[in-house]
Amino acid sequence: MIETFIWLLAYQFMGEVIARSLGWPVPGAVLGMLLLFITLCARRGVPRALRDNIPRLMTHMSLLFIPAGVGILAFWPMLSAHPLSLPILLVVATLSTFIITALVLQLGLWWQKRRRPA
Amino acid sequence: MSVLAWVQNAPLTGLLLTLAAYRTALTLSRRYHGHPLANTVLMGAVMVIAVLLLLGMDFQQYMKGAGFIQFLLGPVTVALAIPLYNNLGRLRKSGLPILLAIVIGSAAGVVTAVCAGLLFDMPRTMVLSLAPRSATTPIAMGVAEVLGGIPALAATFVIVTGIIGAICAKPLIQLMRIHDDVVLGVATGVAAHGIGTARVFQLSETAGAFAGLAMGLTGLFTAILAPILVHYLML
Repeated sequence: MIETFIWLLAYQFMGEVIARSLGWPVPGAVLGMLLLFITLCARRGVPRALRDNIPRLMTHMSLLFIPAGVGILAFWPMLSAHPLSLPILLVVATLSTFIITALVLQLGLWWQKRRRPA
Repeated sequence: MSVLAWVQNAPLTGLLLTLAAYRTALTLSRRYHGHPLANTVLMGAVMVIAVLLLLGMDFQQYMKGAGFIQFLLGPVTVALAIPLYNNLGRLRKSGLPILLAIVIGSAAGVVTAVCAGLLFDMPRTMVLSLAPRSATTPIAMGVAEVLGGIPALAATFVIVTGIIGAICAKPLIQLMRIHDDVVLGVATGVAAHGIGTARVFQLSETAGAFAGLAMGLTGLFTAILAPILVHYLML
């Protein structure tokens, strides 16, 4: 478990340092994910410290968003000023983003399959 | 110092409360067989808010303890590289359509929010805070600031967007009659960032892996595209 966290925190740290020194508007953790992915591809395998503990960690990812969800409390006065339009807007915008992305991908996969029959 | 004052200010309270709320939400979610509405983030946050109001605690006091949990989002985001690597074969095969879908989806995330905001005649700062709502929290806050919105308000919209996306992902993909975990993952990652990713991880590891990838790239493309799109839409 200790080794697992050293791996993850070290890659996040590298990501943060690189993003900050280059002035990129990307969170260090996202950059750290890409760096770790590149490392795994170069190593052609997942080290044991990451293979054994990560799946259990990922199943509880929802827990980590609860504090941010509670943050809605702090903005309640501003949100409740638009009790109808704001929820409608957020639902419509989110669902249409989902549908557009899914359709574009489905179409792209179908087109790729047609050009390159397996 | 009275006991209540200690309870309100101890980091222990926020930490224990969050874990207990999550555990309860997990039990409820399992009882309803992972029904989309039994979303663990939504139920957990509602339970925490109820207890905070009961104890007379504000968000700052809560975060003294809950901050430890939020901190773990960083390392767990890094860990998304592992399921992604396990799906390397599929990523190689479908890389181009996936990238295309993420770019168009990121643009759609901004355009839908801004257009709806203008249609409802919302205040300018609110529309600008809504624009980056599909991106993950730190990116959305940075983009909102660049656009002239309110970063903390943008963060709230990000969370609500994530919860809506997490709740609707499974019913929506079934309604569209798509049986591909990669499509489910990418669409959820684009529309509902980390909260959606956490949700689809409960459904399938492949969907979770691609949601994580889509979440990262959506953040990147939103940071690039949002200022340009907002400039043209809000002339």
